[in-house]
Amino acid sequence: MELLSFGDTGWGDELFFATLMTISVSIAAMAIGFIFALIFTPLKLSKNKTLNVIGNCYTTIIRGVPELLVIYLLFFGGTGAAMYVASIFGYDGYIEINAFITGALAIGIISGAYSTEVFRGAILSIDKGQFEASKVLGIKKYIQFFKIILPQMLRLSIPNLSNVWQITLKDTSLISVTGLVEIMRQSYIAAGSTRDPLFFYSVAAVLYLILTFLSMKLINKLEIKYSKGY
Amino acid sequence: MISIFPSLLSGAVITLQLLISSMFFGLIIGLIFAILRINKNPIINKFAYGYSYFFRGTPLLVQLYLIYYGLANIEFLRNSFFWVIIKEPYWCAIIAFSLNTGAYTSEILRSAFQTIKKGYIEAAQSLGVTKKITFYRIQLPIAIKQSLPAYGNEIILMLKGTSLASVITIMDLMGEARKVNVLTFKPFEAFITAGIIYLFITFIIHNIIKYLEKKYGFQT
Repeated sequence: MELLSFGDTGWGDELFFATLMTISVSIAAMAIGFIFALIFTPLKLSKNKTLNVIGNCYTTIIRGVPELLVIYLLFFGGTGAAMYVASIFGYDGYIEINAFITGALAIGIISGAYSTEVFRGAILSIDKGQFEASKVLGIKKYIQFFKIILPQMLRLSIPNLSNVWQITLKDTSLISVTGLVEIMRQSYIAAGSTRDPLFFYSVAAVLYLILTFLSMKLINKLEIKYSKGY
Repeated sequence: MISIFPSLLSGAVITLQLLISSMFFGLIIGLIFAILRINKNPIINKFAYGYSYFFRGTPLLVQLYLIYYGLANIEFLRNSFFWVIIKEPYWCAIIAFSLNTGAYTSEILRSAFQTIKKGYIEAAQSLGVTKKITFYRIQLPIAIKQSLPAYGNEIILMLKGTSLASVITIMDLMGEARKVNVLTFKPFEAFITAGIIYLFITFIIHNIIKYLEKKYGFQT
């Protein structure tokens, strides 16, 4: 157990900060995913064929290729792309993109594809009469979206978003391959320097279990809170 | 782009091998644990629940590392017959993937078992059909038919999961793509070509499941 003590001799504090890193990457990725979802959900629901195809391409491709591939593409390709863009503006030095940003963006793109599907399902399950009623009352399109559709959509999608959150949380373990020090990377380092992989990977597994357990409890509370009156 | 195709295809063969063998073992594990889950004995029930909770609650990468690096740390296993299996990354990957997909499969099958209408079982009982035959001839076929769509998703998730084998030195499709990237410094070509191959495999699996659903799908 002294391996887990806080301070210079143990790995407790390192693992604690690594857990915080995992949580912050997950939250950042989830937020980026929401932005992607809010862009692509209208495209998927739109009547325009071209926009529809763009929306479908995003969700199909991202959900059809491995998460690791997206991460590698952004991690190895991102630097090159950024340097190319910079060279247009006359900067020729080496640019290294922060591992946190690359990781959060990669996982965000993935979780965005899942969130898009969740939002699309939620909007489709809203009664058609409400769209018609707001049209009859002469409510403007954007007010209709923000005041009528969005609140209901968010409430309906909480249970499915909890699944997306679980997937996102577990996917952040893949960012460890790019060197960002989160739970997985920290246990890899600890296992390497103490030669006790069994112990440290078990600790990592327990940390992930605690995170998923706590977030489930929290989301259940949210679900109960927002389904009052239904 | 064409020159890297053969090496990526050889990787794709390894990916498919990993996928097929882990789906095979995973189905067996999943079926066993689904049966344990619907058992009324609380200890057996809790055990099966704990198994699926652990494997669904932790990332696949943790499980893979636990089996590949962790098991080799146990002195007892290293001296036993199992060492032949767990010293090979290929077998470690198959063990990890099978246990992972087994947990998800057991949940899919369990929910399928529980949604079977009580009337079918009661009808079988009133006709004097034995419990064993009821299970094999009535419950099992209905459960398999009902879980086809969810199982199709699970196969695609597992296909994506097999890409993790590349981090424990297996040269699957992802491993080959990484090698091409390192050798040529062309990340976009390597990874996008690999992505297209992955999408192609996903597309085929999707269509096979769609066909099976149409043919054997259960309409209630």
